[in-house]
Amino acid sequence: MLPDAFRDNSSAAALENWDPSAIVGGKRTFNETTLEIAPGKILAVCGYLKRDLQFARLSSITAVDWYPAEPRFEIVYHLHSLARSERLRLKCRLPEAAPEIDSVTGVWQGANWYEREVFDLFGVRFREHPDQRRIMMPDDWEGHPLRKDYPTHGFKYSYKDE
Amino acid sequence: MSFIHNQFDKSFLTTTVDYVFNWARESSLWPLTFGLACCAIEMITASTSRFDIARFGAEVFRPSPRQSDLMIVAGTVTLKMGPVLKRIYDQMPEPKWVISMGACSSVGGPFNTYAVLQGVDKIVPVDVYITGCPPRPENLFYGLMKLQDKIDRMTTIVRRPTEVRLEEEMLEQFKRKVMVAQTPHPA
Repeated sequence: MLPDAFRDNSSAAALENWDPSAIVGGKRTFNETTLEIAPGKILAVCGYLKRDLQFARLSSITAVDWYPAEPRFEIVYHLHSLARSERLRLKCRLPEAAPEIDSVTGVWQGANWYEREVFDLFGVRFREHPDQRRIMMPDDWEGHPLRKDYPTHGFKYSYKDE
Repeated sequence: MSFIHNQFDKSFLTTTVDYVFNWARESSLWPLTFGLACCAIEMITASTSRFDIARFGAEVFRPSPRQSDLMIVAGTVTLKMGPVLKRIYDQMPEPKWVISMGACSSVGGPFNTYAVLQGVDKIVPVDVYITGCPPRPENLFYGLMKLQDKIDRMTTIVRRPTEVRLEEEMLEQFKRKVMVAQTPHPA
């Protein structure tokens, strides 16, 4: 359900009109629009936004760990429409147990490395991702370092005795 | 005592060969470009006209380890970079030396974390450690001159001159001094 503050935002209103169940919340701060999307609908929503609302460019994908709150992980998408010079932020909340979401590499090819980064550092899996590997940490690394419950010194490599 | 007495001693003693070799080696060190973080900016500045590392004969920064004999490790060495650094060091021809520039490459600096190597001397032998975060070019020159003093004391008989190491106690004192934000391990 679209909050009333977005009634005059054409992109948000168009999305709401296209699929009334896609938007589950949102806010508008510092003149920036943030829409919270139902996690199961992210692929369809991104496809619609690119195809019909000209959000041709994906600025970034990142994540936030709200540990110990639940749902724990928040995936953040920054979209940019070059044609209309408009920016839009989408957020999806995922639960702690087996966090998983559809990959948007089918919509924007550039999502590939962003999603690998989120997978590497937060341990969120992306369904249908063409190349789900670590990108920052060494291939044999254990754990996902940007999770809030990851110790600063890591699990494996320790300087305790040095 | 004739005129010829002692005249040729210097030409035949091995110490003379050492002297010539050492003089040649220390006067034209070819550093490997190994900038990893902000220390690299100071290393680059050291080669500019204002500071001019050419005055010490070390201005020929090489991009290839095959052409270098001095590795200036300038910056934070991450665990992922560690094997790369070791490999490049192994590719350098003997004789070779290593300068650890700044707190990060010496002891990990402020980054006592899961991703950062706590001192480059864990993987390669280091000849000169330089303090600072980052060190000024003058500091790098002082370290370079210390290395030249060290090369001066080399002999051609010593096959691996980099094994001439500092005393352990000196090294420990230095590390305590340059540790910036080292916290005790929580576990």
